[in-house]
Amino acid sequence: MSKAYSSHTEKIDVEYVAHLARIKLNEEERERFQAQLEEILGYVDQLKTLNVEGVDPMAHPFPIQNVFREDKTCPSLDHEVAMKNAPQKRNGHFMVPKIVE
Amino acid sequence: MNYKVTIGLETHVQLKTNTKVWCSCANVYGHPPNTDICLICLGYPGSLPVLNKEAVRLTVMTGLMLGCNINTYSKFDRKSYFYPDMPKNYQISQYDKPFCEGGGVEIDVDGDRKRVSLTRIHLEEDVGKNIHHESASLIDFNRAGTPLMEIVTEPDMESADEVFAYLLALKQILTYGAVSDCNLEQGNIRCDVNCSVRPADQKELGTKTEIKNMNTFKGVYRALKHEIQRQIDVVEKGGVIHQEARRWDDLAGVTTAMRPKEYAHDYRYLPDPDLMSVVLSDEQVSKWREALPELPAARRSRLVAEYNIPEYDAKVLAADKAIADYYEEAARLSDHPKVVSNWIMTEVLRALSEHDRGIQQIKISPQYLVDLVKLVDDKTINMPSAKEVFNQMFETGENPSTIVEHKGLVQVSDTDAIDALIVQVLEEHPQSVGDYRNGKKNAAQFLVGQVMRLSKGKANPQIAMEAIQKKLNS
Amino acid sequence: MNPYSYQKGTIHELVNLLEKGACTSEEIVTDVLDSIGALDKKIQAYVFVDREACLEQAQMADQARQAGKKGSLLGVPIAIKDVLNVKGDPCTCASKIMEGYTASYDATVISRLREEGAVLLGRVNMDEFAMGSSTENSALKVTRNPWNTDYVPGGSSGGSAAAVAADEAIASLGSDTGGSIRQPAAFCGCVGLKPTYGRVSRYGLVAYASSLDQIGPITKDVRDSAILLEAISGYDQMDSTSVDMAVPDFQSALKEGLEGARLGLPAEYFVEGVDPEVREGVDKAIEQCRSLGAETVEVDLPHTSHAIAAYYIIANAEASANLARFDGVRYGARIDGKDPIDMYAKTREQGFGEEVKRRIILGTYVLSSGYYDAYYLRAQKVRTLIRNDFEKAFESCDALLTPTTPTAAFAVGEKKGDPLQMYLNDVFTVTANLAGICGISVPCGFTSKGLPIGLQILGPAYKEENVLNVAYAYEQAAGRSKV
Ligand SMILES: [Mg+2]
Ligand SMILES: [Zn+2]
Repeated sequence: MSKAYSSHTEKIDVEYVAHLARIKLNEEERERFQAQLEEILGYVDQLKTLNVEGVDPMAHPFPIQNVFREDKTCPSLDHEVAMKNAPQKRNGHFMVPKIVE
Repeated sequence: MNYKVTIGLETHVQLKTNTKVWCSCANVYGHPPNTDICLICLGYPGSLPVLNKEAVRLTVMTGLMLGCNINTYSKFDRKSYFYPDMPKNYQISQYDKPFCEGGGVEIDVDGDRKRVSLTRIHLEEDVGKNIHHESASLIDFNRAGTPLMEIVTEPDMESADEVFAYLLALKQILTYGAVSDCNLEQGNIRCDVNCSVRPADQKELGTKTEIKNMNTFKGVYRALKHEIQRQIDVVEKGGVIHQEARRWDDLAGVTTAMRPKEYAHDYRYLPDPDLMSVVLSDEQVSKWREALPELPAARRSRLVAEYNIPEYDAKVLAADKAIADYYEEAARLSDHPKVVSNWIMTEVLRALSEHDRGIQQIKISPQYLVDLVKLVDDKTINMPSAKEVFNQMFETGENPSTIVEHKGLVQVSDTDAIDALIVQVLEEHPQSVGDYRNGKKNAAQFLVGQVMRLSKGKANPQIAMEAIQKKLNS
Repeated sequence: MNPYSYQKGTIHELVNLLEKGACTSEEIVTDVLDSIGALDKKIQAYVFVDREACLEQAQMADQARQAGKKGSLLGVPIAIKDVLNVKGDPCTCASKIMEGYTASYDATVISRLREEGAVLLGRVNMDEFAMGSSTENSALKVTRNPWNTDYVPGGSSGGSAAAVAADEAIASLGSDTGGSIRQPAAFCGCVGLKPTYGRVSRYGLVAYASSLDQIGPITKDVRDSAILLEAISGYDQMDSTSVDMAVPDFQSALKEGLEGARLGLPAEYFVEGVDPEVREGVDKAIEQCRSLGAETVEVDLPHTSHAIAAYYIIANAEASANLARFDGVRYGARIDGKDPIDMYAKTREQGFGEEVKRRIILGTYVLSSGYYDAYYLRAQKVRTLIRNDFEKAFESCDALLTPTTPTAAFAVGEKKGDPLQMYLNDVFTVTANLAGICGISVPCGFTSKGLPIGLQILGPAYKEENVLNVAYAYEQAAGRSKV
């Protein structure tokens, strides 16, 4: 609850990160996000003050191990059902703008 | 100047499972587009992956066959990048805890033996297929989520020939382990090839390029031959090699730079919170180790020892597990394992390749092949007839005795009958008789041929030769 | 006798009436639908109600009951947060990017509700993709707090809580990633329970942060919470993170009195910044628990102050990957582009709301090359410290008592421009998600403005009985709050 946090030392490259996330931002948004994200990152920088040496990272609350499925087939979706939500389709395929490689 | 070449491979192998790696859709090839898909392999909101046990077993089996260390603790990670053929826009793969690390593949290039070291083997999911049209791209997700094993080598290879040998050896082992069908046409094995050159006296490696997504061994070989020369040419002219992904154009026989994927290497790996770690007990691993099949090298030695055939034969036969199996089945039934080997190495392999078939599709049972060998051995038929019989067997799978009987190919060894033919031949070819008597002993061969012709191929050529020589010499 | 206003009933009251044959599901559902018709213009809890389909389900439930079928929810209408897949229906996640999407399957919890005979009411509003604490981040509408419509209902399950509080549903399902069930329950004067991670299958829940998300009930009283929890709990082979453990009879945990109970009071949850009226309400509740025989002990949760930072890193990192699939290729909205990259960028620009974009960008950043160790890995380690804090605390007590939120509901628009202030509001709830433990929020009085206050009871993993027991005993002694 304390508001005693430093401002973030490293500048976040919002444009680069937004591109990684495949989100277009307009200039106004980019500037707003820049300020807000820097404030948030400044806040989370407090974690750097904690000594976490020798602490194991926790990816799961309760790691169960070896959850497997037997290698038995189940019927797949009906083709029509599987394609039903597709915004664009052609000849039984999902269609996208031409991929340029 | 002399150049040294350094090559490393990332090979993706499709595992031979019934189902995909995270869902129960069939793992099959060739179905109509988008018919082997479900909510999970389409990355539907709310769907969750569940790990296929068999995919784990096959990956670990591969590690055991290749002498890897098996990690008792493994986990799955998300590798993020956006591409239309990848439904979740992250690929579930293994980042820092793959199933297998280390290990190697023995190769032999013209008698030079060497071990190509492996970095790691991990399990991941395949993506769908893009079909590019004029104005749009179409996607078939049938392949999306099928289990893919990635085998990464150290930069250990130094020539296209070594790489070719590595791929052949790897394919042999994978086939022996029944880990993958290794069907290249179906894209069961695809690799990315990292390659760099440097002057022979230079220590540090040159800048590497990566030839992406190769799916034939011949293609890899040709692409490397070209790429190595290209890099040398660039360096010779004082140019710089750019670290980049390249594509092999099989028709033009050149590699070309691909459009650089922006920020392609920021994969933002993240432990997948939807999947639990895999902890393999020593017990489980030893159980799998005990179940390991015989590998190609062991089989070669055993074929030599057990059937008394030359090393060369063993190498040819053991190159394909199914052929070795076929050979052994026949050899066990025969008194002449070496003759059986000859038949397989020549006629069987020739006929298969001419008809573009695998040994799995051969109609000749091992027993019938042995019967055919026996018909020659006991002189029931001669060699030319045997080949004729073989060709028919290859087409129909019939019993050789039936064919021999049906075609009336039983060899004539009756000397009286042959003598009668000889008399006729000598009368018809006084010139050759003269030649022979004047010392052109080759003429006898021609006269035997004529006897064979008159007998419609059924005369025993040895007996005919002896009789002709006897007559002309007297 | 006067006709009962069935929409005001609880699950257990209504099931009792149904079992006695005193009313029909059709009557109940009709009352609830009428209540929605009368109130929802103001409350804006629902994004989708199919009156005919509801009545049809009710008639089928009545027929089933006549045919001898039993079910803990047979004929009872339940509202569903619109982040759960219900076969044949849209699942908007309160996002424009889900336009055109129709679910082709039932989430596991939906199948379980159906097995128990529940009538699936409409879908209720939420913060887009469950990202938010006020339900103001919905692309569809802004839901209001039934106690005072100038105030937010909380979030992200704001529609779930508002619908129950306004008697527009008998009970509802929400999802809780950092407090999204407990906080709106507190703001709206309902009972909201976040089960232990793994207790309830997440299959069919559109993921926000997979290692934190849990589905849970929002109800009018604690008994209903136990009933609904029991209905949705249990192992599911479709969810590798669901735990293969027998589901207890949660109703048997509902005992009056707290003799022998040891309740922990973590100092870190009673700090400056907690609204004095909230503090007073919670203190009174603690006193009430003592008077019921509970012993209270001081405990320490020393890493609490770092929970928000760790939470927003972990949750958003996971979210950045989870939400990558919304790209306009296989389902949902699409804005065309000159190539797929362009199409993705435009689709996601226009399909996602501002808060979602902010969180995806934050999550992408903390995972990007060069920052992983400093942010994500470190946050995961802090998560371990927070879990260890709880494990230690639970060595000396059966459950913890805290405020659910530092303040009661805030006004619509009050925190909208300041994301960090909004995040900080979750300080008392995110810890349970990070640790994976269970928690419940029960109403404990009102502020002077007449806004509800929530008492949070946190319990050890897989000890939902503990929190239900304390909540029930307290509720029985203090009495249920009514609108
Ligand atoms: Mg790979
Ligand atoms: Zn599938």
